[in-house]
Amino acid sequence: MLEVKNLSMRFGGLLAVDQVTLDVKEREIVSIIGPNGAGKTTVFNCISGFYRPTGGKILFRGQEIQGKPDYKISRLGMVRTFQHVRLFNSMTVVENLLVAQHRHLNTNLLAGLVRTPDYRAREKKSLERARYWLERVGLIDLANREAGNLAYGQQRRLEIARCMVTEPTLLMLDEPAAGLNPAETRDLDQLIVSLKEDYNVSVLLIEHDMSLVMGISDRINVINQGRPLASGTPEEIRQNDDVIKAYLGEA
Amino acid sequence: MAAHKIKHALFCALITLIISYPILGLNLEAQGINVTLSGADAGTLMLVFLAAVLVFLFQLFRDHIMGKVRALPFLQPSQREAMAENKRARIESWVITGIVVLALFWPFFVSRGAVDLATLVLIYIMLGLGLNVVVGLAGLLDLGYVAFYAVGAYTFALLSQYVGISFWMSLPIGACLAALFGLVLGFPVLRLRGDYLAIVTLGFGEIIRILLNNWTSLTGGPNGIGGIPEPTLFGMEFGRRVKGEGNTSFHETFGIAYSSEHKVIFLYLIALLLAVFTALVIRRLMRMPVGRAWEALREDEIAARSLGLSRTAVKLSAFTIGAFFAGFAGTVFASKQGFISPESFVFLESAIVLAIVVLGGMGSQIGVILAATAVTILPELAREFSEYRMLVFGAAMVLMMIWRPQGLMPMRRMHIELKGQE
Repeated sequence: MLEVKNLSMRFGGLLAVDQVTLDVKEREIVSIIGPNGAGKTTVFNCISGFYRPTGGKILFRGQEIQGKPDYKISRLGMVRTFQHVRLFNSMTVVENLLVAQHRHLNTNLLAGLVRTPDYRAREKKSLERARYWLERVGLIDLANREAGNLAYGQQRRLEIARCMVTEPTLLMLDEPAAGLNPAETRDLDQLIVSLKEDYNVSVLLIEHDMSLVMGISDRINVINQGRPLASGTPEEIRQNDDVIKAYLGEA
Repeated sequence: MAAHKIKHALFCALITLIISYPILGLNLEAQGINVTLSGADAGTLMLVFLAAVLVFLFQLFRDHIMGKVRALPFLQPSQREAMAENKRARIESWVITGIVVLALFWPFFVSRGAVDLATLVLIYIMLGLGLNVVVGLAGLLDLGYVAFYAVGAYTFALLSQYVGISFWMSLPIGACLAALFGLVLGFPVLRLRGDYLAIVTLGFGEIIRILLNNWTSLTGGPNGIGGIPEPTLFGMEFGRRVKGEGNTSFHETFGIAYSSEHKVIFLYLIALLLAVFTALVIRRLMRMPVGRAWEALREDEIAARSLGLSRTAVKLSAFTIGAFFAGFAGTVFASKQGFISPESFVFLESAIVLAIVVLGGMGSQIGVILAATAVTILPELAREFSEYRMLVFGAAMVLMMIWRPQGLMPMRRMHIELKGQE
């Protein structure tokens, strides 16, 4: 479904990403791991269109997407979260979810001003979808709170819900467990697996929490200093000498 | 601590003396062609000194005094329970309907000057509501908003002068042309935010004004354009004599005595109608996907883009819609004055409209309406302070910002009921 071939990203003299190749298949959880500064988030930014890669190809469902503007890529069904939670803080929780459904709504100005039946039907459906996902992530009682006032763990969950209401086929999570306590991480673990099992979403994950990564990933890609170091199943990665040396630490 | 306080109080008193002595204590007197400097009388000097002493004492015991003031019962936030959301909304809409109905009948019972001022208030309400879209909702600091107002006004003035188009025809044309200018300005500033955006829009506002000032062959330059017709009611004119071909006059059709007040009241009613229209349309827009997109882009542009919102479309729509309503206001203004010149569209106007939005509370419609009323009427009420009225006005603004930095009526989020929620 997603194929990244020889992706390179150069910032002036710095080659931040060098010939990275990875792929995500339908209903698969793929992780990218690597030490800090390895270029994981840069790979993410290239795939999601925030950066224009300086080399390589990105194919999403057979379509070349490298260099397309970010909002167009997200409309193809590939949405991402951010390393630092990025919510619309002064808007309420429901409003956050409604904004995300922009492309499912009738955004014709006149249709909205005179409230045509089609406009209302879509508006109702998007509210319904928002309600469903708020229940799913356990935030329904906070629906009319301002998003910025939620606890950190709740904000993380809202961010994932906000991605899911767009009905993506590929979800890209950038360190979703950062700053969560062990119990919250376990919940997140279950949520991500359920996204795959119940909603047929593929997940591309950047994460430092090794127990989470090893537990849920179907395949793992290791990046070190911008270069791909290894890829394979969690078991293979665990036993790879290069990876152990570079990242997991020698025991 | 005490020494520090005394030092601070002395400093404040000194500043008071430095500021007020030259302004109040020294007078310039014209004697023929010469100007002589003379000291003020002893009474004034005493007052200046007294003021300095007052400032000194206030600063010295400030914590004490402010503590007492804060403890006053009527400044305490009310302890009453918050009303249920839907009940409050219902009461609010009744009160607003009541005010609009009152505003419909009010001009028949007051003086001509009051109605005239009220029309001006309504024009500022339209401007405030329009700028509120750009600044309050979309978060784009626009310092050149008056340019769109000018486009609306000049469109009507020029069209009526050269083509002879009536007010009603010109209203949509002026608004659409202003919207087009909004679109044109929007393109180059798409990537700019905050201070940079403010500077570019400021420049744009000045360009329009200077263009109007210097394109004398078309706009008449600083001499302005006069003889702008008043609006008609189904072809009925409000002047004593009929000017337009095929028109009749209002007072003859209804067989009533001619009164110059009819015209003023009619203009007021048009302005009221347009202001209500503006408020309703923008209120609806705020609750539509486009309104939410404006706010989302203001809150976090990167997150908004990652969710599939196009920055270009969202920002341009905010600029265009904001400009559209400024065009409306401009047309009404031109018709009300009957004469316009570039002098009506200086930067100060932009600043006043921006002040209205900020004072009212960013994004809040009721706040903007209240602030527009206050900002327009206060200087009129303060006329008895003559040359000090701008000082009073400024002091009121400073006090507002200290006590209610979030504005008169901060924006309240819409409460959305979800089905199946307890």
